[in-house]
Amino acid sequence: MKRIHSPVSIRDLSVAYHRKPVLRDIQFDAPEGKLIGIVGPNGAGKSTLIKAMMNLLPLTSGDVKIYGKPYKEQRDLVGYVPQRESVDWDFPTSALDVVLMGRYGKLGWFRRPKAADREFAMDCLDKVGMADFAKRQISQLSGGQQQRVFLARSLAQDARIYFMDEPFVGVDAATEKAIIRLLNELKAQEKTVLVVHHDLQTVREYFDWLLMLNMRQIAFGPTSWVFTADHLQKTYGGRLTVLPELPDPVAVTR
Amino acid sequence: MNFLSQASHFLSDPNTLWVLSGTVLLGLSSGVIGSFAFLRKRGLMGDVLAHAALPGICLAFMLTGSKNPFFFLIGATVTGILASMAINAITRFSRIKEDTALALVLSVFFGVGIVFLTQIQHTNYGNQSGLDKFLFGQSASLVGDDVWVMGGVAIALLLFSLLFFKEFKLLCFDPGFGRSLGFPVGMLDLVLMLMLVVAVVIGLQAAGVVLMAALIITPAAAARYWTERLDRMLVLSALLGGMSGALGTLFSATTANLPTGPLIVVAATVVFLISLIFSPRRGLLAKAVRLARMRKQAARERVLHSLYENREQGGSGELDTETILQKYPIPRRRLKSALASLMRDGWIQVCKRNGAFRIRGTEEGWIQAYETVLRTRMTEVWMMHENEIGGNLREEGTGSVTGEIPPDLFEPLWNLLVKHGREPKWKPDAGSIPAGEGGITP
Amino acid sequence: MSMGLTIMVTGALVAASCGFLGCFLILRRMAMLGDAISHAVLPGIVIAFLISGSRDSLPMLLGAAAFGLLCTFFIQSLRSQGVQSDAAISVTFTALFAIGVILVSLYTRQVDLDLDCVLYGEIAYVPWDTLSLFGHNIGPKAIWGVGTAFLLSLLIVGLFFKEFKIVSFDPQMAAALGIPVLLIHYLLMGLVSVTTVASFESVGAILVVAMLTVPSATAYLLTDRLETMLAISVGAGILSSLFGYWLALVFDASIAGSMTVAAGTFFLLAFLFSPLHGVVTRWLIRRRLRTATAVDHR
Repeated sequence: MKRIHSPVSIRDLSVAYHRKPVLRDIQFDAPEGKLIGIVGPNGAGKSTLIKAMMNLLPLTSGDVKIYGKPYKEQRDLVGYVPQRESVDWDFPTSALDVVLMGRYGKLGWFRRPKAADREFAMDCLDKVGMADFAKRQISQLSGGQQQRVFLARSLAQDARIYFMDEPFVGVDAATEKAIIRLLNELKAQEKTVLVVHHDLQTVREYFDWLLMLNMRQIAFGPTSWVFTADHLQKTYGGRLTVLPELPDPVAVTR
Repeated sequence: MNFLSQASHFLSDPNTLWVLSGTVLLGLSSGVIGSFAFLRKRGLMGDVLAHAALPGICLAFMLTGSKNPFFFLIGATVTGILASMAINAITRFSRIKEDTALALVLSVFFGVGIVFLTQIQHTNYGNQSGLDKFLFGQSASLVGDDVWVMGGVAIALLLFSLLFFKEFKLLCFDPGFGRSLGFPVGMLDLVLMLMLVVAVVIGLQAAGVVLMAALIITPAAAARYWTERLDRMLVLSALLGGMSGALGTLFSATTANLPTGPLIVVAATVVFLISLIFSPRRGLLAKAVRLARMRKQAARERVLHSLYENREQGGSGELDTETILQKYPIPRRRLKSALASLMRDGWIQVCKRNGAFRIRGTEEGWIQAYETVLRTRMTEVWMMHENEIGGNLREEGTGSVTGEIPPDLFEPLWNLLVKHGREPKWKPDAGSIPAGEGGITP
Repeated sequence: MSMGLTIMVTGALVAASCGFLGCFLILRRMAMLGDAISHAVLPGIVIAFLISGSRDSLPMLLGAAAFGLLCTFFIQSLRSQGVQSDAAISVTFTALFAIGVILVSLYTRQVDLDLDCVLYGEIAYVPWDTLSLFGHNIGPKAIWGVGTAFLLSLLIVGLFFKEFKIVSFDPQMAAALGIPVLLIHYLLMGLVSVTTVASFESVGAILVVAMLTVPSATAYLLTDRLETMLAISVGAGILSSLFGYWLALVFDASIAGSMTVAAGTFFLLAFLFSPLHGVVTRWLIRRRLRTATAVDHR
């Protein structure tokens, strides 16, 4: 049955961002319960798109709806994994504490995290295989472990839609596996996950759907349909020298 | 008496001439050094070094017992360098960040200075009354000797900046790369710090601790708005600094005994604000105008696009506002003003039917819509294939795409459009379209 | 209360309230704002004095706090317009300070303000400046002022602790969660302004700037938990003021200056010997490791 409202629905979105190149004419309806990859070259506006969807920067035009309503009213439904470099990992706090921050949105003003929240946060840490590091200060974690803490924090948000900004960057193999396991678990729970991704080799393996982006939307659809040489060419232009093996090998002209 | 005649009257006084030349020299040299500090993101160092001078000055006085500005200069320079080394050590060997290190060193050094100062006051070191004047600034007390020292130091600083121009440029832009080229980056940084210390210390006497911090950073920050080139920025910053010095001094001399230092700072701040608002490219006004123009242009293009795409897909080419808004959510007011301006140009006709506004292109409008769509699609395809076909559609400096297609790119872009199936498929009037792509029929 | 005790209590209160707020300042990389605010409030003080015509503390406190907030507002606006942070801070506070100095000299006849005293207030005079209520002497004004500011900070930070924490750690996430980041920012800035103003009237600007940064930097080196860091920072601040007072007595030097020096000494100790991050500690650990591996290889 077709749902009335898509988890994320975007109309004619464009962003002019300082003096950097713009993102424009983005328009899609994300299907529910899918892992959706966002790919494109550096500077294509992938992170900008994520931030724009979450009202973190002003739109030049367009409109974003989360289950048919503006983001402001649907905050509780959205979980967020920012890029790892966006925070200061020297901050004096423990892994568990960071995960607890995911509960702040649901807690609201004045209320403090309770034992139940703490347990929930511990469960989230456990899901990413980090339960043993709960008390560890965050600067003493490896890059991959820090990434897993961020993932656990988004789990603690207990959302229906997840936005993840480059979760696979600079992580070890164990973390990569943990993230994949987690993504599939989320999918099994009918959650919708949008992941900014840069490794074309793994795209087909990881994602059901794909948004291909180069300052404008090149293609959006099931990975098997849209991940084609033609679209890759349109997305990466001549920059792409090594193409991943494709089901229907098409010669890429330069 | 008006300002000018007062000023000329004032200029005939040799004593105040000394003050004027002193403040101008000060503005010049701190403007130049300040530019480097500004680009190195060390703007607050001026403030720190000015505070760190206090213990140095006190020590110099305790050791020599004289109030010779030259000894003060040496003492202040020594503690200034110590302060900058302490900041480096703290940020390098602990997880403390630079801003904290700055505030920490500033307050501790100044605290030590205060302790010394009270020691001097309590133990009889003779006449110590001039010390605080040195710190809080009293440009009216500048005499010939001071100005000679300031002039000499200023010229030395300018020469040094000229000599090490390329090295400092590298240091400010990319110290890591400089190191890889074999430049002694640490040493250069120290030299720059030393110059900054000297510039601050010679200014203290005229402007005081707090105001010296302003002379370092404000002219540089103002100059940054007018140019994108370091050499021009240095010259401009020096000029703005010197100008602020002159304006402040003249004002203070012609208006009832207002202190010079603060007036210089206010003059510099006004220059900065003017730059912030009115500079042609980075200024707030220019930005706002650009944004408004861009938004209006975008809304106009959206209208033309919806009309054209409707026609292209075999529609009647007549749309109502709701259909446009459905496709492109533009604020209603902006759509209205875009429609009005398109009507003024005679590109569209609007009529009211069944309570809705129906929009239709005129003959001229269809040609314009075709051109707009073609331009947009060509820009898109250029962005995809930028590396292969080369050329440049980006506006100088801003990085955004202009949409003007150079004639030599026209044909390759058209071919790419055809390859992607994105060429505009409906032509309003074959005769009026330039012959460049005449061979291809939709 | 005896004179010495009054001075020590005042110093300890200033240290505690500054040390408390300072932690958030240094975690948000805004340590220099303390310095900026303490200078930028001058025009506020003068204007309040001109309007109210008295040297009463309350109008001056309000005027100064208003300009402190104004200063942070200007800095924030300049930053959001793309001015780099250090320049935004410098330009703003120097301009406001300059305006303050000009106002003082313009109205020099009406304003009987001793500039040195306003900015470099002397903690030694605290015991004589007392407050009376209904004709009763209720003790030194400074203790009441700084104490109120401290309680206010404790109350507000206590109420919004988790918001302060997440805004300091990850403002973007905070915004995504719907926490009003800008409001929390100005709340913190307002507290810093009030505390700065309430403190420096009695102890001088330099001690305020020192207490805002030095104890919290010391605490930052000693712990990995925000709650502990706040406690250590308050403790280190109080210790510095007590130790500083003793130093001042021994060497017959400025009390505020000595307290600053004491705070600096504690920082130096933490910098060198902190069990977690100390320079000497890490060197010792490295050396022990090296000898251990050398033994292994033998």
